[in-house]
Amino acid sequence: MSDELRRAAASGLLGTEETHRALLQSIVDTARAIFHAKAASVFLLDEDTDELVFEAVSGEGEGELIGVRFPSSTGLAGWVLVTRQPLVVDDLTADPRHARQAAESTGYVPNALVGVPLLADDAAIGVLSVLDRPLDRPFSTADMDLLTMFASQAAIGLDLLRRSRRARALLEGGAEGTAGAVARVAALLERADDDGDGLRLLEALERVLRRLD
Amino acid sequence: MSDLIPAWSLTADAVDSIALPASWPERVTREWAIGASTGAGVDVCILDSGVEASHPLVGGLASSVAVVFDGDEPVVVPDDEGDVCGHGTACAGIVRALAPDCRVHSVRVLGSGATGTGDLILAGLRHAIDQGHRVVNLSLSTTKRKFAELLHELADAAYFRRTVLVASAHNMPVESYPWRFASVISVGSHEESDPLTWYANPDPPVEFFARGIDLDVAWLGGGTMRCTGNSFAAPHIAGLTALVLAKHPDLTPFQLKSVLYLTATNAGGLA
Repeated sequence: MSDELRRAAASGLLGTEETHRALLQSIVDTARAIFHAKAASVFLLDEDTDELVFEAVSGEGEGELIGVRFPSSTGLAGWVLVTRQPLVVDDLTADPRHARQAAESTGYVPNALVGVPLLADDAAIGVLSVLDRPLDRPFSTADMDLLTMFASQAAIGLDLLRRSRRARALLEGGAEGTAGAVARVAALLERADDDGDGLRLLEALERVLRRLD
Repeated sequence: MSDLIPAWSLTADAVDSIALPASWPERVTREWAIGASTGAGVDVCILDSGVEASHPLVGGLASSVAVVFDGDEPVVVPDDEGDVCGHGTACAGIVRALAPDCRVHSVRVLGSGATGTGDLILAGLRHAIDQGHRVVNLSLSTTKRKFAELLHELADAAYFRRTVLVASAHNMPVESYPWRFASVISVGSHEESDPLTWYANPDPPVEFFARGIDLDVAWLGGGTMRCTGNSFAAPHIAGLTALVLAKHPDLTPFQLKSVLYLTATNAGGLA
């Protein structure tokens, strides 16, 4: 039981960034495949700076755009975030300002975009966008249903990443509260040889705490 | 004295005082409902991201205010920013196309992505109702449960004050408000291209379907863009509502919803 607890505590803190990134990458890869699109991306809202940040990209811009940020209310992703409503636009090059903004920020100028807000609990935490799907037919209500269902999965992935980063920042930022101490102990226990020292230490600590209670 | 007593019961001698006009036709048709109407004299409020007043498809605004935070308090101030993202302009253009002579008012409640919208939506909606606007288009919603009760009270207040709230159904599998309330008219999208095709849904909470797919909407900077979204279905019903109210200004929201039902495409509205 104690081994399981130790592993659970440690796994909550170690390796989550990579796992969640892989999840988001899988989501954008799948979104792109489902809609036969040239690119798909997930943006996270950085509440501190009020900016949208590329967190995962599939297709055009993959490998270059991660971490690129822009003000949260600008552009079509901003529209989707601000209104918390899905949006489909099919002739973006008709708007020269959009083309210029896109070229300046990403180097890629899409002609068509589908954007869906990513909602977690009661907040809009980001946007999933699918770029340049084939325009041989309009985006149907069934397409929209599929994308929004998919977006709810993406929202969970993004929320996990957001939460793990917050926890990590709290712990690494020298927050010397109980959480920081527990995290360090959990990490040490995970690294230690499993010879029972850690368990004995925890049991001793428990006895001390019970006396204090 | 009678004004001081809430009308929660009806005394025998008061029955005559509430006689209702009996001018309903035997069959409510579209011709009766909106024929030759241009929406003249009806105030339509776009509660949204602001409106680009100079856009040719908007055709000017009767008023424009923004709801912003003054500390923690939302306050209504004159709007000098216009539309922050283009959403409100798109909605206003749709209303104007259907009801060219209505008066369009803008109340900006959407701002940056990081700003909580619930408080601003509440304050903006309260302002719109206080102004006596007959129609308020809400192509927006909040997922925040804590705002649901207050929004519900406001929606009911609007209902009894003859302000028709038209709200877009959220296209996503989340609980959001106010479109789910029975006191508002909720709208989703159908896949047809006629702005005067609307369907009554026998299986609510979405009550009507209107055009929301693959349509040209007003875009920031004076142009248009081909877009899809439930956001654009709601202003079609808002525009239709303005047409009905211009001809039949005494209708209550209950009656108005009945007229939209009776004249819906799937209720033989075109017959």
